[in-house]
Amino acid sequence: MKKIVMGLALALAATTANPAMAQDKVKACFVYVGSNSDGGWTQAHDLGRQQVEKELGDTVETAFVENVPEGPDAERAIERFARSGCDVVFTTSFGFMDATVAVAQKFPDVKFEHATGYKTADNLAAYNARFYEGRYIQGQIAAKMSKAGVAGYIASFPIPEVVMGINSFILGAQSVNPDFKLKVVWANTWFDAGKEADAAKVLIDQGVDIITQHTDSTGPMQVASERGIKAFGQASDMIKAGPETQLTAIIDTWGNYYVKRIKEVQDGSWKTGSIWDGLKEGILTMAPYTNMPDDVKKMAEETEAKIKSGELKPFTGPVKKQDGTEWLKQGENATDQVLSGLNFYVMGVDDKLPQ
Amino acid sequence: MRLELVKRPQQSTLFSAISPLIALCLTLVVGAIVFALLGENPFEALYYYFVDPLRELWSLHELAIKAAPLIIIAVGLSVCYLSNNWNIGAEGQFIMGGIFGSMLPVLFPTFQGPLVLPLMLLMGLIGGAAYAAIPAILKTRFNTNEILTSLMLVYVAQFFLDWLVRGPWRNPEGNNFPETRRFHPDAVLPELFPADGRANLGIVFAIVAAIVVWLLVSRTLKGFEVRVLGASPRAGRFAGFGTTKMVFFAFMLSGALAGLAGISEVSGAIGQLRPTISPGYGFAAIIVAFLGRLNPLGIIAAGFVLALTYLGGEAAQISIGVSDKVARVFQGMLLFFVLGCDTLIHYRIRLVRAAPKADAAVVAKAAEPATEGA
Amino acid sequence: MGMAESILLTIATAATPLLIAAIGELVVERSGVLNLGVEGMMVMGAVCGFVAAALTGSPWLGVLCGILAGALFSLPFAFLTLNIATNQVATGLSLTLLGLGLSSMIGESFVGSPGVRLPNLFIPGLTELPLVGRLLFGQDPIFYLSILLVIAVTWFLFKTRTGLTLRSVGDNHASAHALGIPVIGYRYGAVLFGGACAGLAGAQLSLVYTPQWVENMTAGRGWIALALVVFASWRPLRVLAGAYLFGAVTIGQLHAQALGLGIPSQLLSSLPYLATIVVLVLISRNRRLTMINTPASLGRAFVPDR
Repeated sequence: MKKIVMGLALALAATTANPAMAQDKVKACFVYVGSNSDGGWTQAHDLGRQQVEKELGDTVETAFVENVPEGPDAERAIERFARSGCDVVFTTSFGFMDATVAVAQKFPDVKFEHATGYKTADNLAAYNARFYEGRYIQGQIAAKMSKAGVAGYIASFPIPEVVMGINSFILGAQSVNPDFKLKVVWANTWFDAGKEADAAKVLIDQGVDIITQHTDSTGPMQVASERGIKAFGQASDMIKAGPETQLTAIIDTWGNYYVKRIKEVQDGSWKTGSIWDGLKEGILTMAPYTNMPDDVKKMAEETEAKIKSGELKPFTGPVKKQDGTEWLKQGENATDQVLSGLNFYVMGVDDKLPQ
Repeated sequence: MRLELVKRPQQSTLFSAISPLIALCLTLVVGAIVFALLGENPFEALYYYFVDPLRELWSLHELAIKAAPLIIIAVGLSVCYLSNNWNIGAEGQFIMGGIFGSMLPVLFPTFQGPLVLPLMLLMGLIGGAAYAAIPAILKTRFNTNEILTSLMLVYVAQFFLDWLVRGPWRNPEGNNFPETRRFHPDAVLPELFPADGRANLGIVFAIVAAIVVWLLVSRTLKGFEVRVLGASPRAGRFAGFGTTKMVFFAFMLSGALAGLAGISEVSGAIGQLRPTISPGYGFAAIIVAFLGRLNPLGIIAAGFVLALTYLGGEAAQISIGVSDKVARVFQGMLLFFVLGCDTLIHYRIRLVRAAPKADAAVVAKAAEPATEGA
Repeated sequence: MGMAESILLTIATAATPLLIAAIGELVVERSGVLNLGVEGMMVMGAVCGFVAAALTGSPWLGVLCGILAGALFSLPFAFLTLNIATNQVATGLSLTLLGLGLSSMIGESFVGSPGVRLPNLFIPGLTELPLVGRLLFGQDPIFYLSILLVIAVTWFLFKTRTGLTLRSVGDNHASAHALGIPVIGYRYGAVLFGGACAGLAGAQLSLVYTPQWVENMTAGRGWIALALVVFASWRPLRVLAGAYLFGAVTIGQLHAQALGLGIPSQLLSSLPYLATIVVLVLISRNRRLTMINTPASLGRAFVPDR
């Protein structure tokens, strides 16, 4: 009897050998707040997922769920993934933070990664990109290219991420032209091409001659190109929308990060933490510097190199807050702690933040 | 050939029961074709859509969480629509209920104890009712159409919530992200069976609200008043019913229930206020109200059906990669079939050979006594 | 281009899609049908218009396809509500759900494709006139079409026999039927016209306003159009006024922001909605006038008695 059982067990082991091999295949799952073809934030993440499939081939299986509303729906979607055998789940919106935390507690064997948040656990890492590094370069370019000395900034919502970008832009600009000014319009949306276009028109009517945006559609780029001024792209390379308009764009390139982390899951070296990569690691890249004179291009490339090498940090003192009080002393760097919760402007921004 | 509807002398009980089944069969057939055309395995897709979410206990809990706000709001709306008041701003009343109800845990986090939750729910009811009173006042005092006012107030409520959570009510320890502090345990709606899943008291509220409103509409004088004024305001006035009072009653009842749904959602499934607290429940509930034929008991069923289409779409995405776009198209189709089949309850559908001229004459003749009777 | 002129042009572009979709819905509602699927038909017009223009390179074909798509997409609604008497509100809302899903499916591979813009009118001499030149003689064709639509619909509804019949169908379908008027036929016509208008409004978004395709690019404009019909108490000229009021306040609040006045942007963003309410309160006090213009059979299913 015992022998038979042993034999059966062996036979079972033999037949399950293949699936066991297949389990080495890591299943990576992605929860998206928008649609994978939104042409902005979510599509950038999905391109990252596709890069994972391409680079890791048979060793990985990916799945995604799109248009997940923040709140209880997110918790359900994440839990369904955790139950369906995902080894690592990437949740790609700030609003998924608490839902991810809750599910991560219930499934200690599954690894979770939450984009743009600040909460971590043993099996939950937080990751984000230093988009502000790109904004600093844009600010410098804007100050060189603008005749009016004032740029327009179409912003989505006042969260630290966006405030950081605005501040970095103006600091970059002021490093070239100390009197540079910035007008901000809050579209109160991430994605409404028409409203973003309206905001761009309004800013241009009020005298700005460079447009930069922290919303995701190409609406503003098209308006800038119709009105014959220059603009910066956001989230993806928008050169097609403004071949003679786009100076450069900040491109979200999450793929490198995803490949790296999934490899770590595969070889067992995955560790939690708060990961904040930048230009150096390639989690964001700058689109080619176009539609600008060579000296401006050269300056931008040099700045990019300096940021990558760590020689230049955008938030380095002396920096004054909008109200004139000192924020960073000469040579002092802003800590990540302060940056990730930023809720005030530096000097030169022509707007008031809701407090 | 053309379609003709023939009114049944009375509602068909048979079709009341089987019309959803016919709709389901139609949906399955057409759905299978659609999925097959898109290169998915139709049987697998339909299985994950309709069966998978019902297979596990935790998922049933999730179904209840999703259905609860839809049912609560739709039950209130049914009274509005029955009385011919066009409240399409339940989304805004939901948000206001959430905001009012959250005042205690957000502004007075140190005030704790068993009193907190009942007070929050009460505040939620009041918040929703008060917000719904605005279109009611404007309608009765200034003759302003409630479709416009209630819809516009939705946007205003959304911006108000957005301002609150980014400004004055922002969590001081939340890294300046747009959300309030998380509610303390006394302010959280208790879960029913925490061992199995997350479903909370919200679904109980939904069922109770449906039964109470059903009794109200079908068994009380007030319910009679609702129906009479809805069918004919003139007749209602002759009967001595006040139109103005009814506008307030309908709006504030539906607003209060939407507000209750709002605070239940916030204190139950979310646990804090955030810039968006509803993925459009207030609008989806309008569909639920009519899908349930404005009958609170039917609304319970309709609420679960709509909730299932959300969960099913998600399960199909997660298991076999059917995109959310396909799932939404499928959801729209399913609703069409359900609505279409509903007609069978009140009418027989006949195909008539096309001979419109002669036919019309016959119809006209046949209609003569009927028109006299009407 | 002066600042005032430029602001007016911005307002016109923002108001045009609202105006067109609302005019279409106005005719639908005048016939007694409430179609809450405007948003869905509009987004279908936007995607089909864009795709057709992108494939053929002709924005004109795009406009045509947008119109056709909107009309075609209103057919399931017409069939369900008119032939088999389903509930109009629920059917319309379902149409919106379906449209949002279907349009994302159709447009999936066109996200990020460069758009084709419908060219602006240019009349040498006139277009270059100061202040009013661009405004009157230098806009896109759909703008002129929108104004034309207002005039045509006003004339049709109040000056033609067919228009009168349509209104009578909307006011009392039972009597209209008794008089031998083909109620369902009239309503089919109205719903198709509404669909076509919503489709055209969508095409304006993807071919003029922002020549590109992004998902859900209507972003709630269909709902505003619905509200504007009510705002206008079912009168075409008031739809025009309402659409431009809404557009003007929307653009105005953005200017207030760009000036850096320090008013919370959420308050400014809600101004268009508040303004519409306030104005409607002021103009709808005349109870009788509102009553006359409200289609009495609005939203009620019609089944011919035998």
